[in-house]
Amino acid sequence: MSHFSTLRLEGVARSFGAHRALAGLDLEISGGEFIALLGPSGCGKSTALNCLAGLLPLTGGAILLDGRRIDRLAPERRGFGMVFQNYALFPHMTVRGNVGFGLKMARVPKAEAARRVAEALELVHLADQAHKRPGQLSGGQQQRVAIARAIVLEPRLVLMDEPLSNLDAALRLEMRAEIRRLHQRLGLTTVYVTHDQEEALSLADRLVVLRDGRTQQIGTPEEVYATPANRYVASFMGYRTMLDATVVTGGERPLIEVAGTRLTGQDRDGLPAGARAAVAVRPEDLDVTEDAAGGGLPATVEVVEYHGRELAVQARLADGQSVHFRTGSRLAPDDGVRLAAPPERVLVFAPDDTPVPASAAARPAART
Amino acid sequence: MSAADAGGAPPGHAGSGPGAAGGPPPPAPAHTGGRPALRHRLAERGVDRTLLLAAPGVLFLVVLFCYPLLYGVGLSFQPQKGGGALANYRRFFGDPYLRGTIWTTLRLAVPAALVNCLAAVPVAFRTRAPFRGRRLVTTLLVMPITLGTVLTAEGLLGYLGPNGWFNKALLGIGLVDHPLDLVHNYWGVLASLVITGFPFSYLLTLSYLTGIDPSLEQAAATLGAARRHRFRYILLPLLAPGLAITFCLSFVLAFAVFPSAQLVGDPRGSTHVISIEAYQAAFQSFDYSMGSAIAMIMAAVMLAVVAIVLAWRSLLYRGATGGKG
Repeated sequence: MSHFSTLRLEGVARSFGAHRALAGLDLEISGGEFIALLGPSGCGKSTALNCLAGLLPLTGGAILLDGRRIDRLAPERRGFGMVFQNYALFPHMTVRGNVGFGLKMARVPKAEAARRVAEALELVHLADQAHKRPGQLSGGQQQRVAIARAIVLEPRLVLMDEPLSNLDAALRLEMRAEIRRLHQRLGLTTVYVTHDQEEALSLADRLVVLRDGRTQQIGTPEEVYATPANRYVASFMGYRTMLDATVVTGGERPLIEVAGTRLTGQDRDGLPAGARAAVAVRPEDLDVTEDAAGGGLPATVEVVEYHGRELAVQARLADGQSVHFRTGSRLAPDDGVRLAAPPERVLVFAPDDTPVPASAAARPAART
Repeated sequence: MSAADAGGAPPGHAGSGPGAAGGPPPPAPAHTGGRPALRHRLAERGVDRTLLLAAPGVLFLVVLFCYPLLYGVGLSFQPQKGGGALANYRRFFGDPYLRGTIWTTLRLAVPAALVNCLAAVPVAFRTRAPFRGRRLVTTLLVMPITLGTVLTAEGLLGYLGPNGWFNKALLGIGLVDHPLDLVHNYWGVLASLVITGFPFSYLLTLSYLTGIDPSLEQAAATLGAARRHRFRYILLPLLAPGLAITFCLSFVLAFAVFPSAQLVGDPRGSTHVISIEAYQAAFQSFDYSMGSAIAMIMAAVMLAVVAIVLAWRSLLYRGATGGKG
């Protein structure tokens, strides 16, 4: 049902006065794709979305839809649907009125409009709420109305601006699955903005990780999760332990020294021997080792959180740096442990962020 | 309730409070009879010591508003010249000249309120988003409030008068052959009402307009609504209840017109408004009773118009406009 084959963003930039909210975003989206723009607040992801929607004029770059420039088109002429963070439902209209508004603007004949509204409401399980006003609905239901309102027009592109951030945890999971289901069923090309890496990983075909208006990495969830492009992306992708280290011997599998202990890691930035490095490890990759030879990082347990099947532990190394890991064994504060991780799961980055080479970043995924 | 008990005592704390309210709180809710204590039942209905905070305001209202109003009502039914309680009212509605002042005043107040409301919408629309120099522009727009009616009237007499700039400019560019009669008639008063009334309606409209979540219009835009459709289907319906209130307040202000009708109008003829008639009855003929009766009629007409507008407003959507519904 997607009406285009490629949407290209070429150096899309937006400044507010001297502040560069978005500094040259390059991205190629193919029809039917689900793209997540991921980053903390202030990283430029919402700016990018508003630029796409036409709600914010660009200050640089171009947006091309199948080769035709659309970045100077008014929002009402782009034919993109948008789901707002606060839903932006029209409070004076019923659910039916809200969902039918776009069809009314498009002068769709009444009978057909009524049928399509009913279908869209059926799709989001709100058929029995059609006569109510948004104020009479719960947050989750309002969210569904907002989605129905955006998709009833079968837009070429659906833009979603943190649609789940106002919902409670259980509802968020439910709506996440719902959005995924709708995307699979309708195949609408979607650009989804979020600060929640789990949401992005679970929904998107491809992720764009942003920081301070600059692209950090573009890739499939697997790529971004397993091989983050830099220290920043790693920390955003759940590599909670971030340690200062020194490279002892360089190479593909460098030997590094952390707090007086030597470990083997996986090089990510081509660091030479003697260089300072940042080592990133996920909590679930670090394990308590029973190595009799005395291998692994010695640490002292500080905080133990019970997480059901396992414990989330924060421990301190000899030099005071903290590490996070998960374990199934019983631990108590002040216990001494030795920690080890598979070398390919110990990522060695340059300590300061180096810009991501664009060639590695802008690559459209070959997906159906 | 003096400033002396600012040391942590609740604002309404006073030894002279009704009943036991001034004492220390009971150690535990008394559940002896199966019913909560009277104190709790009263608190449930919003009756507690903080209610005392309203006392000065209530006193003020009673002394300075309720009593004079009721006194005036009573006075209007005691005609000085006799003839029964309704004699004043009979006289007013029996005399076409007196009766006509209602129409004369409505003819000024309704258009003035309408013009104020309709002019305020586009101006507020343009000035609602922050822009460079916004403060200066809003200050200029609100300025007429500070000038007062008399200064405005003086200004209008000079500016719109036969030898004023306005007529000179019109004559200069050859638009008219003779100076236009713009003061000492209906138009002078209308202009004065618009100038002094506009800031109120502008400020009110602006606050209503900024209360509407801008993402509603953005959402409408992404749904294909062009600018005028966004105004027609989103902004206007959400703004209409506020506009109704703005109209009512502008109308009430304009209906009580007195200084400008006297100064830039034609107080013996086309702008012989009802407030002038009330003034003349009370302070020139010294018939306070008749003056009170006219004031009551004035209030009744105002209330009638306001009631009509509010009845229309009650048909509109009046809920939240903050976007979340």
